[in-house]
Amino acid sequence: MGELKVDKHVQYILSVEKKKDSFEALVMEHLRMNGAYWGLTTLDLLQNVASVDQEEVISWLMSCWDRESGGFAGAIGLDPHLLYTLSAVQILALLNRLDVLDIEMISEYVAGLQNEDGSFSGDMWGEIDTRFSYCAICCLSILRRMDKINLGKAVNYILSCKNLDGGFGATPGGESHAGQIFCCVGALSITGSLHHVDRDLLGWWLCERQCTDGGLNGRPEKLADVCYSWWVLSSLIMIDRVHWIDKSKLTEYILNCQDSENGGISDRPDNAVDVFHTYFGVAGLSLMEYPGLKPIDPAYALPIDVVNRIFFSKF
Amino acid sequence: MHGQPRKPLRVKDAAAAAAKASNLRDLQSQLLHNHHHRLYTKEAIAASSKLLEINPEILTVWNYRKLALQQNLKEATDSERMKSLVDDELRAVEIALRANPKSYGAWYHRKWVLSQGLAEVDFDREFRLLDQLLKVDSRNFHGWNYRRFVAKLKGLPEVEEVKFTMDMINTNFSNYSAWHSRSGVLSRLLSKKAEGFAEREKILTEEYELVSQALFTDPSDQSGWFYHLWLLDQTVTPNEVLLISSWPSNDSDCVLSINGNAAYCKSSEPIRSSYYFMSTGKLPVVLYFNQTVKGVNSSSVTVNSMFVKNEDLVWRPLLHTKSKEAACWVTYLQIPDIQLSDTKVYRVEVKLGHSKDILSSSGSKFNHPLHFIFTLTLNSDSLEHARGESVDELLVWDDGGSSTLESNDLVSFDQLKLSEDHASAFSKWQLDTISNEINLFKELSEENCIFVKLTLARLLTAQDAMLSHTVPTVRLIRLRDVLELYDDLVKLDPRHAGYYEDERSLVIMNQVTFDDKSLSSHLSHSSNYISSKLHLHGCLQLKSLSLTRIGYFERLLWVQTLDLSHNKLRSIAGIEALQLLINLNLQNNQISSITALEPLKLLSYLRVLDISFNKIGAHSVDTTRYIFSSPLTHSIVKDKKCIEECLQANINVADNWEAIFLFSYLHLKQLDVKGNAVADEKFRDLLKMVIPTLTWLDGERL
Repeated sequence: MGELKVDKHVQYILSVEKKKDSFEALVMEHLRMNGAYWGLTTLDLLQNVASVDQEEVISWLMSCWDRESGGFAGAIGLDPHLLYTLSAVQILALLNRLDVLDIEMISEYVAGLQNEDGSFSGDMWGEIDTRFSYCAICCLSILRRMDKINLGKAVNYILSCKNLDGGFGATPGGESHAGQIFCCVGALSITGSLHHVDRDLLGWWLCERQCTDGGLNGRPEKLADVCYSWWVLSSLIMIDRVHWIDKSKLTEYILNCQDSENGGISDRPDNAVDVFHTYFGVAGLSLMEYPGLKPIDPAYALPIDVVNRIFFSKF
Repeated sequence: MHGQPRKPLRVKDAAAAAAKASNLRDLQSQLLHNHHHRLYTKEAIAASSKLLEINPEILTVWNYRKLALQQNLKEATDSERMKSLVDDELRAVEIALRANPKSYGAWYHRKWVLSQGLAEVDFDREFRLLDQLLKVDSRNFHGWNYRRFVAKLKGLPEVEEVKFTMDMINTNFSNYSAWHSRSGVLSRLLSKKAEGFAEREKILTEEYELVSQALFTDPSDQSGWFYHLWLLDQTVTPNEVLLISSWPSNDSDCVLSINGNAAYCKSSEPIRSSYYFMSTGKLPVVLYFNQTVKGVNSSSVTVNSMFVKNEDLVWRPLLHTKSKEAACWVTYLQIPDIQLSDTKVYRVEVKLGHSKDILSSSGSKFNHPLHFIFTLTLNSDSLEHARGESVDELLVWDDGGSSTLESNDLVSFDQLKLSEDHASAFSKWQLDTISNEINLFKELSEENCIFVKLTLARLLTAQDAMLSHTVPTVRLIRLRDVLELYDDLVKLDPRHAGYYEDERSLVIMNQVTFDDKSLSSHLSHSSNYISSKLHLHGCLQLKSLSLTRIGYFERLLWVQTLDLSHNKLRSIAGIEALQLLINLNLQNNQISSITALEPLKLLSYLRVLDISFNKIGAHSVDTTRYIFSSPLTHSIVKDKKCIEECLQANINVADNWEAIFLFSYLHLKQLDVKGNAVADEKFRDLLKMVIPTLTWLDGERL
């Protein structure tokens, strides 16, 4: 299995940025803001964020800001959306540069997407999903503007998506899915509402995601995938049930998904690597206290020192 | 990339990839140009379709098409034209779904178009599309979500969903999506008592039969087991809310002396007197229900006493969150300063059940009016015991052989005896069903199937809770069987060893707290505790039992001194119910963070705490970080002020917030923290600062 190839992964992430013209890069172009967040957070967890020109990042990031609405787009010229607004805010929190933002306007944009029933739309076109509840709540919390929304209703909507297996779906009645569970449990954590979660019931469902190969899947009877190392592990940590899985087997699984020659991590062993899975693999290892990695916060998906800096310094 | 093999690019492929990339780049820039210039011509829209064929994930393309549709509809003159515009969008979605059947943008576009009410919805077409998609991937949750959307749009009765899930399950038992959907719709229909679903027990019995077929067909498939777990939950949920324990208990006589801040409470029951030490003039009254309830307040519970008007009593759930629901509730009677000569006996009566406000989350009610009485005698000779008691004395935990009580020295633990009532909370059907399932799985349990053993362990545990009034020997044998099953499971399935050990710990707690006899054998009356004259109940010793978690607190409400040392405890969740707790020993456990100690914040009498030799500070990941009230969870009102004060005192809040937000809420006199990674000199200095009441730290007088 070998060790985590820290240098290779740093090189890989830096190289992705340079290969803008490949088909793979173009297909991912629309969510470049997410990509930047995955890449930068991974670099920081690997203790290497200094290798990036921060001013360049910030100037590109701000050119994705839509002054009219107050939201961020995934790339220059595209439409704003909560998915990218959260990533932009997370990146600036990571770089300790929230000061470049018009916090008032961004928080108005986010709060403006809350619906009457407490749910959140992803953008002006009205798609509703608990993913967007998480984006909004996490974003406003980092910006320290939680008072802008109706928190009680926001929590109640998330609870209306809770299933009989203890998990959560995208909308009421939607099947439980580890990614969706992360969003809902994350939002409930940030709002101090975890008492609404049956931790034993959900914990059992989540720990059953560990497959015989050690990896985690996202739903029953599915194949393991490195990205669930993040979604499942972070949720298990937030509800204090992570000791119900075998961490050493999962560590082995993630390390087996590394491209040890060229860097990067893939969904399954020997598949093509990408930034998304590289982030989720490294973040998963961080959640299992892999040596040499910075610890990551399971709810805000940012390094712990960044989150503590936001909430425990003078304001 | 999901599911794509890792391989080096060959030269030939590289050229093709470059051509593909160039095409995509052109289409993307065309789209942006048209979008920004609001060009909605036929050609422009066609170009966007081509882009969606390659990459349906770009939300902006779908936004562009929505704007184009709105614009072109304005110019549409007849309904035919409108219909064809709508049709174009539906087709674009179908093409996109061919490229990616899980495209969020595509699915939402279809919902959005149909929701506009522009043309009559062709439901046959929608259901056909769904059939095709679910045939290819019967677990596509986008498809299932869309099906719910279309069914609602059409106004399809929920019964249809029951039939549909049946068809899907019959096609393939291993379809978690179908089982999930079925449990949801059945539970709604059952709770509404919809037509054909009024006979809950009959329907659930049929479901047990259905799922058994699935389980026997493929016992390694998780889908059916989760459905079975849901059925089990439906079967064991009590039909009624019951009070299972209280403190003080019915018929107890408490003798109180108030000396300065101290009050002593003695229960005259029956052989040995029990004195309770209280460090404030507040006497807790604790109610423990058989399930989580809401609506406990001064109108649903009446406390008649001369000390305080009932309507002035505030009942609070014993939880450190904002929740208004809990199984355990408390209120405090303020005992006024009394004259030494006053020897009157005060009667306190607690009545509940007269209103229907006390409700469980599943909607069951507290139905049987109930009342209990205890008496308080103020100023008795117990004051003598208080004299000479130095509150500054160091409490030394007894780690030698403890002198447990002789068996003829049984103590009655003031439990509310409600066993017969408790049985009425379950119907014959509930009891029979569990018993049938146990027989079924017992036959199979020899085969070393993990799920069979686990389900059997769960069934036996459920049966024990339902039949708590039956003969102790039968129960003890059952609990021994459950322990054996969990021991087997740890060996069979080491992946989940942590889960099985947690479950096992609860079984051990059940055995230990099982009855007065069993509890008495764990009581120590070592001279250490007797000399302090505070705890005639002695110390409940639950040490070296390999416990990873604790439970059955409703049986321990009277405990004042608790020794849980030398276990494997990771969590003390639930301990907040022990409102009388003064001394707590958690030495040599696996507690890995300060935040895991949050339940202590609700124990206002706690004075002595030993958390030495744990793992606090040894881990970078804190699994109770979000269960703890802190500014991170927006659950502390005065966080700003507290942080600012600490910053002013030059305390590094970012590094010490857990200690600050825990220990400043405790009123400890004695604390042991040595043997934890966190416990250096700096940390000790911080503790001295945030706990001004501290007299002893790690055995040294401050």
